[in-house]
Amino acid sequence: MIEFRMPSLGADMEAATLVEWVKKPGDRLKRGDVIAVVETQKGAIEIEVFNDGVLDEILTNIGEKVPVGRAIATIRGMDEALGPALRAAVPVAAPEKIAPVTAPPEEAARPPPETRVVQAQITPAARRRAQELGVDLAAVKPGLGGVVGLDQVEAARPVTKERPGILFDEMRNAIAAAMARSHREIPHYYVASTIDVSRLMDWLEAENSRRSVPARLICAVPLMRAAALALKETPELNGHYEEGRFEPAGRVNMGVAVAMRGGGLIAPAILEAEILDMDELMERLRDLVARVRGGRLRSSELSQGTVTFSNLGEETADSVLPLIYPPQVAIIGCGQIAERPWADHGAVVVRRTLTVSVAGDHRVSDGRRAAQFLTHFQQLLHNPEKL
Amino acid sequence: MTKPHTSKVHLSSRHAIELLGQMILIRRFEETCAELYGAEKIRGFLHLYIGEEANAVGVMQALTPDDAVVATYREHGHALARGLPVREVMAEMYGKASGSSRGRGGSMHIFDVNRRFYGGNAIVGGALPLAVGLALADKMQGRNRVTCCIFGEGAAAEGEFHESLNLAALWKLPVLFVCENNRYAMGTAIERSESVIDMCVHAQSYGIPAEAVDGMDVVAVEVAARRMAEEVRAGGGPRFLEDKTYRFRAHSMFDPELYRSKAEVEEWKKRDPIPRFARWLQDAGLLHEADVAVVEKDVARVIEEAVAFAEAAPWEPVEDLLRDVYTPRTDTAVRR
Amino acid sequence: MTLMRKITYREAVREALKEALERDERVFLMGEDVGRYGGAYACSKGLLQEFGEQRIRDTPLSESGFVGAGIGAALGGMRPVIEIMTVNFSLLALDQIVNNAATLRHMSGGQLSVPIVIRMATGAGRQLAAQHSHSLECWFAHIPGIKVLAPATVADARGMLWTAILDPDPVVIFEHATLYNEEGEVGAEGDLGVDIECAAVRRAGRDATIITYGGSLKKSLAATEQLASDGIDCEVIDLRALRPLDDKAIMASVVKTHRAVIVDEGWRSGSLSAEISARIMEQALYDLDAPVARVCSAEVPIPYPRHLEIAATPQPEAIVGAVRGVMRK
Repeated sequence: MIEFRMPSLGADMEAATLVEWVKKPGDRLKRGDVIAVVETQKGAIEIEVFNDGVLDEILTNIGEKVPVGRAIATIRGMDEALGPALRAAVPVAAPEKIAPVTAPPEEAARPPPETRVVQAQITPAARRRAQELGVDLAAVKPGLGGVVGLDQVEAARPVTKERPGILFDEMRNAIAAAMARSHREIPHYYVASTIDVSRLMDWLEAENSRRSVPARLICAVPLMRAAALALKETPELNGHYEEGRFEPAGRVNMGVAVAMRGGGLIAPAILEAEILDMDELMERLRDLVARVRGGRLRSSELSQGTVTFSNLGEETADSVLPLIYPPQVAIIGCGQIAERPWADHGAVVVRRTLTVSVAGDHRVSDGRRAAQFLTHFQQLLHNPEKL
Repeated sequence: MTKPHTSKVHLSSRHAIELLGQMILIRRFEETCAELYGAEKIRGFLHLYIGEEANAVGVMQALTPDDAVVATYREHGHALARGLPVREVMAEMYGKASGSSRGRGGSMHIFDVNRRFYGGNAIVGGALPLAVGLALADKMQGRNRVTCCIFGEGAAAEGEFHESLNLAALWKLPVLFVCENNRYAMGTAIERSESVIDMCVHAQSYGIPAEAVDGMDVVAVEVAARRMAEEVRAGGGPRFLEDKTYRFRAHSMFDPELYRSKAEVEEWKKRDPIPRFARWLQDAGLLHEADVAVVEKDVARVIEEAVAFAEAAPWEPVEDLLRDVYTPRTDTAVRR
Repeated sequence: MTLMRKITYREAVREALKEALERDERVFLMGEDVGRYGGAYACSKGLLQEFGEQRIRDTPLSESGFVGAGIGAALGGMRPVIEIMTVNFSLLALDQIVNNAATLRHMSGGQLSVPIVIRMATGAGRQLAAQHSHSLECWFAHIPGIKVLAPATVADARGMLWTAILDPDPVVIFEHATLYNEEGEVGAEGDLGVDIECAAVRRAGRDATIITYGGSLKKSLAATEQLASDGIDCEVIDLRALRPLDDKAIMASVVKTHRAVIVDEGWRSGSLSAEISARIMEQALYDLDAPVARVCSAEVPIPYPRHLEIAATPQPEAIVGAVRGVMRK
């Protein structure tokens, strides 16, 4: 018995639909007889048998779509004892899946190892990241293949060792020294503004009511966000003043004043605050506060701040006149948000308000710039949904 | 040599002067170009038409401004006979921005779309399919006009020659194929490159009616061209005209002409179409010797003015290098 | 939101042709066996009956002749769609494409435009051996004056043709031969007129960028499935246009992931992947965390036996290996 299979009629034929049986079971077949008609993408084609015999059984119905190689009928020989050599051509079994040989490059991309000077292979991205982080490449352990890549540099980021007590004593001394220096060296000027933050608070309350507790925003977050955005427009308030020169910073690394356990204030920076959205800011803030409490800050957070934000929020002071942390050139202080009398279109109403102060280094900026910052800051807070 | 057919052209004095004047213009233009090339004002390749003027002048007479002309790199004569301003052609030779093709093409790529002059094509045989396509567009859009495709006998060896003739005949396209048989494809004589040297036989093998004519006789060329163009216009499908002609100069400037004898060249110079025609016209009383002098003087003036124009014309600024690679789009939005 | 429906790539090409012929009477299809035979890949089946012999033109076997005629017809005001059966036969017409179509605008000083579309099948994968398996897209992408497209999805096969027809310059469209049977989604009314200049991000990812085109897209996507189960998240960019290349999209992705793997069915030497690699080096060197990797065809004429054809051409396993290589994992 021979299986008659759907033949391949073209290089890109994968299947065909049976539309007509020209012969029926019991019919005598001669080599070359048309046995059926199939429909392909190119049209209807007659298919022929290559053996003499008798059509035994039809295996496929009219209308069925059959892949190339599937048996569609059986043919019994005139002489059932016909040997295998005369059977209908069985399609070649699909060759074993042979793992393709990845052709090696004709020319080696690198010279053979023994001629190379043993030097670390540092990727361009790694080199740049190391520079950003202040990581010493010579000290970075190479990874797989002897390559120093981004992963290796990230892993080598300096982390301040965990020595809570001693570290914070040192830090408090440093802060004291810094504050003294600030008062001595930086000619401070102050500009303040009281802002109606009702819209902001309404929005924040509505927003937080929609969120689960862990995802809620504290009110410092939109203030910080607005401050970071506004600082982009007044670069004289964001940067370092050192050796008689002001270097405006391309990024806003916003120092956040956090109370330490045991008293004292520390202001580690949230790096690149201007590209973080409010959820990210909240996350960073939460993380920072936790690490301050746990005594695990990074040196870059302490040295790379470009401006500081001091929020007395929960305390009772209406406004604050803070000192700038050198070598920064400005500090933004927010008093508490409380209901106060407010004038609106000639009537006295009650609004939640906030007094914001900006201290600036008069060697770098003046009251006008600070006032511009405050105007912009205020405008941003009036459209909290756009923050 | 084929006998000239019975002339249907009314050879008035005016027409005679026109034919002669055009041939003289081409001759003097080409001679000037040779001189300028030697002075390095014209660079690259320069293929002169000297000796073959009767072909371009005669054939252009058969065409209307609405017909199309497709030619080769030896096309200065065809450009001038077609009516392209001499100054623009000369500026193009110089490569100046005021040239026919903004100076971008040079000697081998003179284009003027307003006069339906489609080059100026440097690949032997390469423009024949273009001519077929132009004629195809006309036929598909119901426009009755002729595409005149001029090429040398060297193109007959290229596959594109055969493909184009076949397509034109198969689809009955309005193409007038004009083969300027000057017997040499660069340095190879026709006998050494063609198994069948009769160009008409090639055309006829595709079923295209073909005729040969004395390409040194401007009137004969004009008569034959007019008749064939009319047949094409009448919807008879393509026609093939073989002009048997000769170039007196080398293939291009840098050619020591080792492939033909000086004696042969001298022999053909005796059949120079310009003095031949001038003599014939004088004998027929249509022209006086003084008239020729007037024509020469006019031509000299026109060419002098063209050279001055080209000399003074500006170069295209280098900043414009990348223009005209793609067509500027006025709208970037995809139209639906 | 339009309703989506599923059709094959070849049906998409046929629909696009039919719609173009209906929309603009200047459009006509010309090529070998496009009429009575219905198209070598059945892309024009039925069109002769519907639009007639003038607009669905069977040509003799004269690639140079009919491509040149198409160029001439475009000069004469038509909008021809020329079908060259495969890129393998386009070599006979290269003179017309490179010396005429690409240059006429420039040589004439801006007087002429050549609004022609040339479609051809390309690529290997059907055991058609050395003379019928070329991927020469890079040769065409090399030539200023033409535009080159590689629709890799059914939607692009449906939508790119009309934009190409409207373009006043020559556009060459490469249809990978293994894609004709592929099924994909198109809008209910078809995606008429998609842009032909931008690459598309077919899969967004963070760890590595795979840049590819045409028939290699589906192999690249298959590779990303396997890589994802190993925790490697790949971004896949489908170039869509090979000339001009969408540098902006390529660099935006490489700057994000820091690692690039280019999958190109052309032979490695002098391939389009070499050009893209050079551009990445020029524009994003300092963002790279590994050399750009390339998965290309092996330096051999494409062999006939299946296992050798597979070994000679880019496959998902090799793409996976290349991504692991740039990840150093």
